[in-house]
Amino acid sequence: MKTPSLIHFTEKDYDHVYEPSEDTFLLLDALEEDAGLISELQPTLCLEVGSGSGCVTTFLGFLWPHAYYMASDINPHAAAATKKTGFHNGVPIDPVLSNFATGFGARLHKAVDILIFNPPYVVTPSSEVGSSGIEAAWAGGVDGREVLDQFIPHIEGLLSEKGLFYLVTVKENRPLEIMAHMKEVYGLYSKVVMTRRAGIEGLAIIRFSRVEH
Amino acid sequence: MLMCHVKGCATDNFPLRIEDAELEQVEVEFNEDFMRRMINKIEWGAFVQTAFALGVDQLPATVPENIDTEFLQRIHRVAMETKLKEGKMICNGCKHVYPVTDGIPNMLLQETEV
Ligand SMILES: [Zn+2]
Repeated sequence: MKTPSLIHFTEKDYDHVYEPSEDTFLLLDALEEDAGLISELQPTLCLEVGSGSGCVTTFLGFLWPHAYYMASDINPHAAAATKKTGFHNGVPIDPVLSNFATGFGARLHKAVDILIFNPPYVVTPSSEVGSSGIEAAWAGGVDGREVLDQFIPHIEGLLSEKGLFYLVTVKENRPLEIMAHMKEVYGLYSKVVMTRRAGIEGLAIIRFSRVEH
Repeated sequence: MLMCHVKGCATDNFPLRIEDAELEQVEVEFNEDFMRRMINKIEWGAFVQTAFALGVDQLPATVPENIDTEFLQRIHRVAMETKLKEGKMICNGCKHVYPVTDGIPNMLLQETEV
Protein backbone atom coordinates (compact mmCIF):
# COMPACT_ATOMS: atom_id res chain seq x y z
CA MET A 1 0.00 0.00 0.00
CA LYS A 2 1.29 3.45 -0.87
CA THR A 3 2.17 5.93 1.88
CA PRO A 4 0.05 9.12 1.98
CA SER A 5 1.49 11.99 -0.01
CA LEU A 6 2.69 14.83 2.20
CA ILE A 7 3.91 17.16 -0.55
CA HIS A 8 1.44 19.83 0.60
CA PHE A 9 3.68 20.44 3.65
CA THR A 10 6.85 22.52 3.66
CA GLU A 11 9.75 22.25 6.11
CA LYS A 12 8.19 25.18 7.94
CA ASP A 13 5.02 23.20 8.68
CA TYR A 14 7.14 20.71 10.58
CA ASP A 15 8.10 23.47 13.04
CA HIS A 16 4.54 23.12 14.33
CA VAL A 17 3.47 19.60 13.39
CA TYR A 18 5.24 16.31 14.12
CA GLU A 19 6.84 15.02 10.94
CA PRO A 20 6.06 11.35 10.27
CA SER A 21 8.99 9.33 11.57
CA GLU A 22 9.96 5.74 12.34
CA ASP A 23 7.17 5.37 14.92
CA THR A 24 4.60 6.59 12.39
CA PHE A 25 5.87 4.22 9.70
CA LEU A 26 5.86 1.26 12.05
CA LEU A 27 2.23 2.05 12.88
CA LEU A 28 1.41 2.14 9.15
CA ASP A 29 3.13 -1.21 8.67
CA ALA A 30 1.20 -2.70 11.59
CA LEU A 31 -2.11 -1.47 10.17
CA GLU A 32 -1.20 -2.96 6.81
CA GLU A 33 -0.30 -6.24 8.50
CA ASP A 34 -3.80 -6.18 10.03
CA ALA A 35 -5.54 -5.20 6.77
CA GLY A 36 -7.29 -8.58 6.57
CA LEU A 37 -8.64 -8.35 10.11
CA ILE A 38 -9.71 -4.74 9.57
CA SER A 39 -11.72 -5.44 6.43
CA GLU A 40 -13.24 -8.50 8.05
CA LEU A 41 -14.52 -6.32 10.93
CA GLN A 42 -15.92 -3.68 8.54
CA PRO A 43 -15.23 -0.68 10.79
CA THR A 44 -17.69 2.20 10.50
CA LEU A 45 -16.26 4.77 12.89
CA CYS A 46 -12.54 5.43 13.29
CA LEU A 47 -10.89 7.88 15.66
CA GLU A 48 -7.25 8.84 15.93
CA VAL A 49 -6.26 10.71 19.07
CA GLY A 50 -3.32 13.06 18.55
CA SER A 51 -3.48 12.79 14.78
CA GLY A 52 -0.60 15.19 14.01
CA SER A 53 0.10 15.31 10.27
CA GLY A 54 -2.89 13.04 9.58
CA CYS A 55 -0.66 10.48 7.88
CA VAL A 56 -1.95 7.51 9.90
CA THR A 57 -5.70 8.06 9.50
CA THR A 58 -5.22 8.81 5.81
CA PHE A 59 -3.36 5.51 5.44
CA LEU A 60 -6.15 3.71 7.26
CA GLY A 61 -8.51 5.32 4.75
CA PHE A 62 -6.46 3.75 1.94
CA LEU A 63 -6.66 0.31 3.59
CA TRP A 64 -10.37 0.54 4.38
CA PRO A 65 -12.21 3.41 2.63
CA HIS A 66 -15.70 2.64 3.93
CA ALA A 67 -15.66 4.39 7.28
CA TYR A 68 -16.14 7.77 8.88
CA TYR A 69 -12.78 9.15 9.99
CA MET A 70 -12.52 11.41 12.98
CA ALA A 71 -9.39 12.80 14.56
CA SER A 72 -8.47 14.92 17.54
CA ASP A 73 -5.42 16.94 18.49
CA ILE A 74 -4.74 19.67 21.03
CA ASN A 75 -2.43 21.45 18.60
CA PRO A 76 -4.38 23.66 16.15
CA HIS A 77 -1.65 23.31 13.49
CA ALA A 78 -1.93 19.53 13.76
CA ALA A 79 -5.73 19.48 13.48
CA ALA A 80 -5.49 21.62 10.33
CA ALA A 81 -2.68 19.44 8.97
CA THR A 82 -4.76 16.29 9.49
CA LYS A 83 -7.63 17.70 7.47
CA LYS A 84 -5.27 18.86 4.73
CA THR A 85 -3.50 15.51 4.39
CA GLY A 86 -6.81 13.68 4.22
CA PHE A 87 -8.13 16.09 1.61
CA HIS A 88 -5.04 15.90 -0.61
CA ASN A 89 -5.17 12.12 -0.53
CA GLY A 90 -8.90 11.73 -1.07
CA VAL A 91 -9.72 10.57 2.47
CA PRO A 92 -12.28 12.84 4.16
CA ILE A 93 -11.26 13.34 7.81
CA ASP A 94 -13.14 15.42 10.38
CA PRO A 95 -10.68 16.65 13.01
CA VAL A 96 -11.58 18.49 16.19
CA LEU A 97 -9.39 20.48 18.52
CA SER A 98 -9.77 18.49 21.68
CA ASN A 99 -8.00 16.89 24.56
CA PHE A 100 -8.14 13.15 23.75
CA ALA A 101 -11.80 12.41 22.90
CA THR A 102 -13.40 14.71 25.49
CA GLY A 103 -15.04 16.88 22.81
CA PHE A 104 -17.20 13.92 21.82
CA GLY A 105 -18.34 13.27 25.38
CA ALA A 106 -20.60 10.27 25.81
CA ARG A 107 -21.61 10.32 22.14
CA LEU A 108 -18.82 7.93 21.25
CA HIS A 109 -19.58 5.54 24.10
CA LYS A 110 -18.70 2.08 22.79
CA ALA A 111 -18.98 3.38 19.23
CA VAL A 112 -15.40 3.50 17.95
CA ASP A 113 -14.43 0.57 15.75
CA ILE A 114 -10.82 1.59 15.27
CA LEU A 115 -9.11 3.77 17.83
CA ILE A 116 -5.51 4.85 17.30
CA PHE A 117 -3.13 6.61 19.65
CA ASN A 118 0.52 7.35 19.02
CA PRO A 119 1.12 9.12 22.32
CA PRO A 120 3.97 11.37 23.30
CA TYR A 121 6.06 8.48 24.64
CA VAL A 122 9.50 10.04 25.14
CA VAL A 123 10.76 10.13 28.73
CA THR A 124 11.02 13.82 29.68
CA PRO A 125 10.74 15.89 32.87
CA SER A 126 7.07 16.16 33.92
CA SER A 127 7.25 19.92 33.44
CA GLU A 128 7.50 19.45 29.66
CA VAL A 129 4.15 17.67 29.46
CA GLY A 130 0.96 19.57 28.70
CA SER A 131 1.80 22.10 26.02
CA SER A 132 -0.35 22.44 22.92
CA GLY A 133 2.63 23.11 20.65
CA ILE A 134 4.80 20.59 18.85
CA GLU A 135 6.37 19.38 22.16
CA ALA A 136 2.96 17.79 22.82
CA ALA A 137 3.87 15.30 20.10
CA TRP A 138 6.67 13.70 22.08
CA ALA A 139 6.99 14.89 25.71
CA GLY A 140 5.72 11.96 27.76
CA GLY A 141 7.01 12.81 31.25
CA VAL A 142 7.93 10.07 33.74
CA ASP A 143 8.50 6.74 31.91
CA GLY A 144 7.00 8.47 28.87
CA ARG A 145 3.68 7.39 30.34
CA GLU A 146 2.08 10.55 31.72
CA VAL A 147 -0.12 11.36 28.73
CA LEU A 148 -0.96 7.73 27.96
CA ASP A 149 -1.92 7.13 31.58
CA GLN A 150 -4.40 10.01 31.36
CA PHE A 151 -6.03 8.41 28.34
CA ILE A 152 -6.07 4.80 29.57
CA PRO A 153 -9.26 5.12 31.69
CA HIS A 154 -11.21 6.27 28.59
CA ILE A 155 -10.22 3.56 26.14
CA GLU A 156 -12.58 0.76 27.09
CA GLY A 157 -15.56 3.14 27.10
CA LEU A 158 -14.82 4.26 23.54
CA LEU A 159 -14.29 0.85 21.95
CA SER A 160 -17.24 -0.81 20.22
CA GLU A 161 -17.89 -4.52 20.67
CA LYS A 162 -15.67 -5.37 17.74
CA GLY A 163 -13.38 -2.36 18.27
CA LEU A 164 -9.61 -2.42 17.89
CA PHE A 165 -7.28 -0.03 19.66
CA TYR A 166 -3.77 0.51 18.28
CA LEU A 167 -1.13 1.95 20.56
CA VAL A 168 2.48 2.94 19.91
CA THR A 169 4.93 2.31 22.75
CA VAL A 170 8.65 2.32 23.43
CA LYS A 171 10.27 -0.07 25.88
CA GLU A 172 10.66 2.69 28.54
CA ASN A 173 6.84 2.74 28.73
CA ARG A 174 6.94 -0.91 29.93
CA PRO A 175 4.46 -2.24 27.36
CA LEU A 176 4.03 -5.61 29.08
CA GLU A 177 2.85 -3.82 32.18
CA ILE A 178 0.37 -1.79 30.10
CA MET A 179 -0.97 -4.96 28.49
CA ALA A 180 -1.40 -6.69 31.86
CA HIS A 181 -3.14 -3.62 33.28
CA MET A 182 -5.57 -3.39 30.36
CA LYS A 183 -6.55 -7.04 30.81
CA GLU A 184 -6.83 -6.89 34.56
CA VAL A 185 -8.74 -3.62 34.90
CA TYR A 186 -10.67 -3.37 31.61
CA GLY A 187 -10.77 -6.95 30.35
CA LEU A 188 -9.10 -6.05 27.06
CA TYR A 189 -6.98 -8.59 25.21
CA SER A 190 -3.82 -7.44 23.53
CA LYS A 191 -1.26 -8.50 21.02
CA VAL A 192 2.03 -7.03 19.90
CA VAL A 193 1.49 -6.61 16.17
CA MET A 194 4.95 -5.35 15.30
CA THR A 195 8.23 -4.27 16.86
CA ARG A 196 11.20 -2.38 15.48
CA ARG A 197 14.37 -0.82 16.75
CA ALA A 198 14.88 2.73 15.44
CA GLY A 199 18.04 4.33 16.80
CA ILE A 200 17.64 4.28 20.58
CA GLU A 201 13.90 3.60 20.39
CA GLY A 202 12.57 0.08 20.93
CA LEU A 203 9.18 0.56 19.31
CA ALA A 204 6.17 -1.72 19.56
CA ILE A 205 2.65 -1.48 18.14
CA ILE A 206 0.10 -3.12 20.42
CA ARG A 207 -3.46 -3.94 19.44
CA PHE A 208 -6.17 -4.17 22.12
CA SER A 209 -9.65 -5.63 21.71
CA ARG A 210 -12.57 -7.06 23.67
CA VAL A 211 -12.24 -10.39 21.94
CA GLU A 212 -9.03 -12.27 21.31
CA HIS A 213 -7.70 -12.09 17.73
CA MET B 1 -21.51 14.27 17.31
CA LEU B 2 -19.97 16.90 19.55
CA MET B 3 -21.33 17.71 22.97
CA CYS B 4 -20.56 20.11 25.78
CA HIS B 5 -18.05 18.85 28.30
CA VAL B 6 -17.76 21.80 30.63
CA LYS B 7 -17.38 20.48 34.18
CA GLY B 8 -20.76 20.16 35.86
CA CYS B 9 -22.69 20.74 32.64
CA ALA B 10 -24.88 17.68 32.34
CA THR B 11 -28.32 18.76 31.16
CA ASP B 12 -29.46 20.03 27.80
CA ASN B 13 -25.89 19.85 26.48
CA PHE B 14 -26.61 17.94 23.29
CA PRO B 15 -26.92 18.68 20.46
CA LEU B 16 -25.01 21.92 20.51
CA ARG B 17 -26.95 24.78 18.93
CA ILE B 18 -25.27 26.19 15.85
CA GLU B 19 -25.19 29.92 15.14
CA ASP B 20 -23.67 32.08 12.40
CA ALA B 21 -23.25 28.95 10.34
CA GLU B 22 -21.41 28.97 7.07
CA LEU B 23 -21.92 25.61 5.38
CA GLU B 24 -19.85 23.95 2.75
CA GLN B 25 -20.78 21.18 0.30
CA VAL B 26 -18.06 18.65 -0.34
CA GLU B 27 -18.13 15.62 -2.58
CA VAL B 28 -17.72 12.24 -0.92
CA GLU B 29 -18.13 8.95 -2.74
CA PHE B 30 -21.38 7.22 -1.80
CA ASN B 31 -21.11 3.72 -0.38
CA GLU B 32 -24.40 2.06 0.41
CA ASP B 33 -23.08 -0.60 2.81
CA PHE B 34 -21.19 2.01 4.78
CA MET B 35 -24.20 4.32 5.06
CA ARG B 36 -26.36 1.44 6.21
CA ARG B 37 -23.85 0.76 9.03
CA MET B 38 -23.36 4.46 9.73
CA ILE B 39 -27.07 5.10 10.35
CA ASN B 40 -26.83 2.92 13.47
CA LYS B 41 -24.06 5.13 14.83
CA ILE B 42 -26.00 8.37 14.35
CA GLU B 43 -27.86 9.91 17.27
CA TRP B 44 -30.96 10.24 15.13
CA GLY B 45 -32.97 12.84 17.07
CA ALA B 46 -30.03 15.22 17.38
CA PHE B 47 -29.11 14.68 13.74
CA VAL B 48 -32.62 15.50 12.50
CA GLN B 49 -32.80 18.55 14.78
CA THR B 50 -29.46 19.95 13.60
CA ALA B 51 -30.14 19.30 9.91
CA PHE B 52 -33.46 21.12 10.25
CA ALA B 53 -32.02 24.06 12.23
CA LEU B 54 -29.36 24.56 9.57
CA GLY B 55 -31.95 24.42 6.82
CA VAL B 56 -30.20 21.45 5.24
CA ASP B 57 -33.02 18.90 5.19
CA GLN B 58 -36.27 17.98 6.87
CA LEU B 59 -35.79 14.36 7.85
CA PRO B 60 -38.34 12.01 9.43
CA ALA B 61 -38.37 11.99 13.25
CA THR B 62 -37.62 8.27 13.31
CA VAL B 63 -35.53 6.12 11.01
CA PRO B 64 -37.87 4.54 8.43
CA GLU B 65 -38.33 0.80 8.72
CA ASN B 66 -37.42 0.04 5.15
CA ILE B 67 -34.35 2.03 4.25
CA ASP B 68 -33.88 2.24 0.50
CA THR B 69 -30.92 3.50 -1.52
CA GLU B 70 -32.53 6.85 -2.11
CA PHE B 71 -32.91 7.46 1.62
CA LEU B 72 -29.31 6.43 2.24
CA GLN B 73 -28.16 8.88 -0.44
CA ARG B 74 -30.10 11.60 1.29
CA ILE B 75 -28.43 10.81 4.64
CA HIS B 76 -25.09 10.65 2.86
CA ARG B 77 -25.59 14.16 1.55
CA VAL B 78 -26.46 15.55 4.98
CA ALA B 79 -24.02 13.59 7.17
CA MET B 80 -21.02 13.21 4.88
CA GLU B 81 -21.20 16.01 2.31
CA THR B 82 -22.55 18.98 4.28
CA LYS B 83 -19.87 20.48 6.49
CA LEU B 84 -19.94 23.31 8.97
CA LYS B 85 -17.12 25.53 7.74
CA GLU B 86 -17.45 28.47 10.10
CA GLY B 87 -19.75 29.19 13.01
CA LYS B 88 -20.38 28.79 16.69
CA MET B 89 -21.64 25.76 18.53
CA ILE B 90 -23.42 26.80 21.69
CA CYS B 91 -24.37 24.66 24.65
CA ASN B 92 -28.03 25.14 25.58
CA GLY B 93 -27.20 24.04 29.12
CA CYS B 94 -24.33 26.32 30.18
CA LYS B 95 -24.10 28.69 27.17
CA HIS B 96 -20.50 27.79 26.47
CA VAL B 97 -19.49 28.75 22.93
CA TYR B 98 -17.31 26.41 20.89
CA PRO B 99 -16.04 28.16 17.76
CA VAL B 100 -15.69 26.38 14.42
CA THR B 101 -12.92 27.72 12.21
CA ASP B 102 -12.06 26.37 8.77
CA GLY B 103 -14.19 23.32 9.42
CA ILE B 104 -12.50 22.47 12.72
CA PRO B 105 -14.50 22.73 15.95
CA ASN B 106 -12.48 23.97 18.91
CA MET B 107 -13.60 21.85 21.84
CA LEU B 108 -10.70 22.86 24.11
CA LEU B 109 -11.69 24.45 27.39
CA GLN B 110 -9.91 26.97 29.58
CA GLU B 111 -8.33 25.36 32.64
CA THR B 112 -11.05 26.80 34.90
CA GLU B 113 -13.73 25.01 32.88
CA VAL B 114 -12.19 21.54 32.90
ZN1 LIG C 1 -22.53 23.07 28.63
